[in-house]
This record gives sequence, structure tokens and C-alpha cells, in this order.
Amino acid sequence: MGVVEVRNLVKHYGTIEAVKGISFSVEKGEIFGLIGPNGAGKTTTLRIISTLLTITSGSIKIMNYDLQKEPDEVRKIISYLPEDAGAYKNLTGKRYLEFIANFFEKNNLQQMVAKGEEIADLGDRINDKVDTYSKGMMRKLLVGRALMINPKLAILDEPTSGLDVNNAQEIRRLIKSTAKDGTTILLSSHNMLEVEFLCNRIALISDGVIIEEGTPKNLMEKYNAKNVEEVFTKVVK
Amino acid sequence: MSALGNIIKKELRELMTPSTFVPIIIIAILFGSLGNAIGSIEEELEEKPIIGYIDTDNSNLSQIATFILEVNADVVFNSSDLNEKEIGIEELKEKDGIALLVIPSNFSENILNNKSGDLEIYWIMKGAGVFDSLSSSAVDYLITIINKNISYELISTNTSVNATIALTPTSRDDTTYFKGRVLVGVSPNDVAGVLSSQSTIIPIVMMMIIIMAGSIVISSMALEKENKTLETLLTLPVKRVSIVAGKIIASAIIGLILAIIYIIGFSYYMTSFQFSGPVSLISLGLVLSTGDFLILGLSVFVTLIAALSLCMFLGTMAKNFKSAQTLTFPVTILALIPMFMTMFKDFDTLPLALKGFLFAIPFSHPMMAPRALIFDDYMLVLSGIIYVLIFSIIMIFIVVYIFKTDRLLTGSIKKKKVLNLKEQKKR
Repeated sequence: MGVVEVRNLVKHYGTIEAVKGISFSVEKGEIFGLIGPNGAGKTTTLRIISTLLTITSGSIKIMNYDLQKEPDEVRKIISYLPEDAGAYKNLTGKRYLEFIANFFEKNNLQQMVAKGEEIADLGDRINDKVDTYSKGMMRKLLVGRALMINPKLAILDEPTSGLDVNNAQEIRRLIKSTAKDGTTILLSSHNMLEVEFLCNRIALISDGVIIEEGTPKNLMEKYNAKNVEEVFTKVVK
Repeated sequence: MSALGNIIKKELRELMTPSTFVPIIIIAILFGSLGNAIGSIEEELEEKPIIGYIDTDNSNLSQIATFILEVNADVVFNSSDLNEKEIGIEELKEKDGIALLVIPSNFSENILNNKSGDLEIYWIMKGAGVFDSLSSSAVDYLITIINKNISYELISTNTSVNATIALTPTSRDDTTYFKGRVLVGVSPNDVAGVLSSQSTIIPIVMMMIIIMAGSIVISSMALEKENKTLETLLTLPVKRVSIVAGKIIASAIIGLILAIIYIIGFSYYMTSFQFSGPVSLISLGLVLSTGDFLILGLSVFVTLIAALSLCMFLGTMAKNFKSAQTLTFPVTILALIPMFMTMFKDFDTLPLALKGFLFAIPFSHPMMAPRALIFDDYMLVLSGIIYVLIFSIIMIFIVVYIFKTDRLLTGSIKKKKVLNLKEQKKR
């Protein structure tokens, strides 16, 4: 049994069919990437798995918890990083991390916050108000927030969005080491190099349907492509 | 299309939204309903005042008085027997009368002996709102006419009375029946006078507290959306009801502090005018006890919870801080309506439909409570507290339900937009 088990997932917004019966599973410690064009249904899928949106039909199990029946249990073991997330502007970076850590860890709160500070790597600026942060600093703080809680499943929507090359590389390295420590990662990205570098397996989603799934290497061989970007352009026409 | 025309078209499209028109429509309806209420008051004023009189003097001078009353008022009770005073008062109460005038047997004798002729006036006061005291003013005016006519009679018949009595031959001895109390030596204008500042300031203060605390909650929800913190919050291991309750309780604490400040200010305010003016409220027994203040505080607090839960509901619709400002408008309107109504009319004197309307607005209750508590109308205050509490619970349930649906994040998708999207996809 995988950490994530998605079966025939369908999501309607009114009469719009955003997701049309997708199925996939993610194993423990795996980095699984959802890639696809804009409006394909990636973020909707991630939001559903994060318990933010309801399921129209189908089923999702996270570590054997039924997402529809036990959302509160699921929230204890996941961490979601939305693409355009923000933090409370009147708090300092550190107070924000403490606020989040309070929901998870009562005994070793400072240890968890220290991990968040280390991941965010903001130096003394961690004691400044979030309001004064640049877009990149904000993203690093949020990645720190998402990974400090040692989630069983980290759901990362465009994790390096807004980061410069150096910071993006640092975050990618961190995601890899987090997965090695046993955290399962489900991510979406438009950066195909990032996907190729990070993901053990990928699923290409288009118009609410998974049209291809496999390891980057296998897909590149199947489509006789030099990289995942070429696979993408060949599959998603 | 010219560049100017293009810009105008774009601006009109952006401005022609429900949020632009709904507030104006609500204001129009509000003014319309206020106009109707004022119209009914005007009709009330145009009618002759309903009165009764007992003339035990039956003299030439007293007959001048009764003649003026018969011509200018709707006399529903008259007698020459002083023992029928209570019967007369009861009859006037039944027939929506304003006052019973009693002319004592020594009325003309006193005047002719250079003493003021005493007119005993038993007022039946129905409300202490600004418009409520207008009907008693009509009777006041009749007494002025009686005074002038008796004065004219004394002067024109060369009666040997001194100038003071000739110019002011009558004096008044007022007794007011109001909300089950008999206020001796006090006219309705005196009562309305001492309660008028309370009638205007309390509703204004209450309205301000509701609007201030309400906008805190709406803005809080709007900022969660605008700063993109809501999604993270909703994926944390915390129950939706805790998020809703947390926001309401935090704002309620701020609101409670505001309410305490209000109550302290109000108690000092009450103390200050208990000893001022022509009438002492203490001597009339018109004061709030400690228990009354606690009930008033409770009324203010539950109303704050109601306001905050309503604002949470509105806040779920806010897309950003700007739209939150628009969404405070319905709350402002709901606070303004009872503010004006309680300033101008007493709850007891409103038509039944308006009574129901005023009672249904949760914010009315703490505005009506002080006066109701002064006159021991605990039924109105306690039933109001229960109603507001039920309203709050229902609103909180609705908000928690919305928090459990997609609506909070996705909003509503219009059919037209859906069709457009479908067409785009087909292409």
C-alpha cells in the first residue's frame, strides 16, 4: 500500500470537469511529480489531496486514511505548500514558524522551529517582520514551514517558484534529502529540468486526464527524447 | 471605437457589479421604509388629540376650558364627578388617549381671588422617543389656548384680578402614567427630556461598536485570502469550527473590551444626569440596578457575537481587503436602522410590523435594552438576548458549513462563465 492512493478521482466546479477520473499512487520516500500545461488539473489534484477541496467522485487514501472520512487525521501527517502562498505579515519569520509548529509539536516546539529556521536560511532576518521580506525570502520561509514538521507527505506546488538559481538549487537539494529521510513528496512544477532532477516518477496530466506516467528515464526512452521537456512537448500537443 | 470610448466601456463593465448597486438599493429601501414610518407619525399629528376631562367647577371660566377641549380635541370621556377620575384614566388607556384634564371645584374661585386656577393633568405616556412626545405637545398647546382664552375673558370683562393672574390665570399639576409607573409632578416632556440624551447617544455608541468589531472580522477573513494564508491555515491539523471560533472569540474579546468601556462610560453617564435637569431620575425610581447593568452587558456581548458571526459569514465572501470594505455596508445598514428607529420611537409605540422588523434585527436589542430595563421590561430584553443568541448559533453553523465546502476558496462560478470556458475548450 502506497502513501498516496488516488483512485478514479473526479472533480467538478459547477459544470466544469477539472479532473476526469485520474488514478495514481506514490510510494514511501518517493518524489512524484505532476506535470502538465496550465489548467490541466494539477493544482486542483494537489488541493484535493491537501483536504482543501471536496471530491466529486473517486477515492483518495493517505497512509490508509480515507481523505473524505478522516480529513482531520490526514491533516496531521501532510504539509502543503501552495504555489502563491503567503505568511502573516505582522509576525516575524520566527513567530510565524512558532505559530505553525504549535499545531504539531507541543513538547519539542523549539527543535521544530530551529529546523524551520535552518531550512529557511534567512539568518538574522528571521527575526524581522514577514512584511519586509522579498518574494524569495518569503518562499524560503514557507519551504521551511512546510518541511520543518517532518510530514509523512509533503505536497509542494511549484516549490521553487520565485527563487533565484542558487536558492532554487538549495531547495531542490533539501527536497531530495527530505525524501531520503523518509518523507514522501508530491510536487507539481513547470520547470522540466527541476522535475527531471528531483522526481523518481512523473505523471503527465492534460485536460484533467493522466496521459502518461513513469520514471523520467523510461519516458525519455519511450519518446526518444533528450530530456523531460521534449517528452512533455511530444505528449502534450 | 476611440481610445476614450474603449476606456469608458471597460470602466463601466468593472463598475456595473452587484456590489455597486446593492448598497444603493438597500439605502433606497431604507429611506422608503423610514418615509413610511414618518408618514404615519405625520398622520398621527394631524389627528385631534384624544383626551378626557372632568369639570367639577362648572363655572363660566371652566366652561371656556371645556369648550376649547371639545372643539380642538377628540373628547372620549367627560364627567363632572371627581370620583370618576380612575374610570376616566382607564377609558383613555383603552382608547389610546393622551391625557385626562381635571378642573377642580375651586378653579374659577381661585382665579377670581388672585390665585392661579389649578389644572390637574393626568398624562398617559406611551413612549419616550423623540416622536413619541409630539402627541403630548398637542395637548400642551391646547392648555396654552385655554390659558389665553381665560386671560382674554378676564381682561375683556374687566374682572378685578391682578395683572399676573390676568395674563397667566392657570397653573398645571402634572402626573404621568408611563410603563406601569405613576410619576407625580412630572410631564411627558420632562420624562422625554431626561431620557432624550440616552435615546440618541446609546444607539450611536452601540452602532459604532458593532461596525468597528464587525469590520475587524471581515477584514481578517479578507486579509487571509489576500495574503494567501488561508490555504495553509485550512491544511493544518485544526478543526474548521476551531478556526471560526478562534476568529470570533478573538474579535469578541476586543469587542468585550469595547463593551466594558461602553458600560463604564454609560454608568458614569447615567450617574451624571440622575442629579441634573428639572427631574431627578432617582426620585422617580428610574435607575438601573447592578443586575440591570449585567443584563445590559450580556445583551451587548451576545449582540457582538451575533455581529461577528454575521461578519464572518460576509467575510467568507470577501475576495480581498477592498471587497471587505464593501461587505461592511450591510452591517452598517443593519446597525443604522435600529439606531434611527430607537432614537425616534419607543418600541411599544411602533406599529406591529415595524416592531417585528426591529426585533428581527439583532443589533436593535442592546439599543432598546437600557430604556426597557429602566422600566422593568425584562421580557423584551431577555427574549431579545435569547433571540440574538439563537441567531448567533445559526450564523456560526452556516459559517462552519461554508468552511467545509469549496466555496471559501473557489467562490461561485457563474453559468455564463462556465459556458464560455466550455466553448474555449472546444476550440
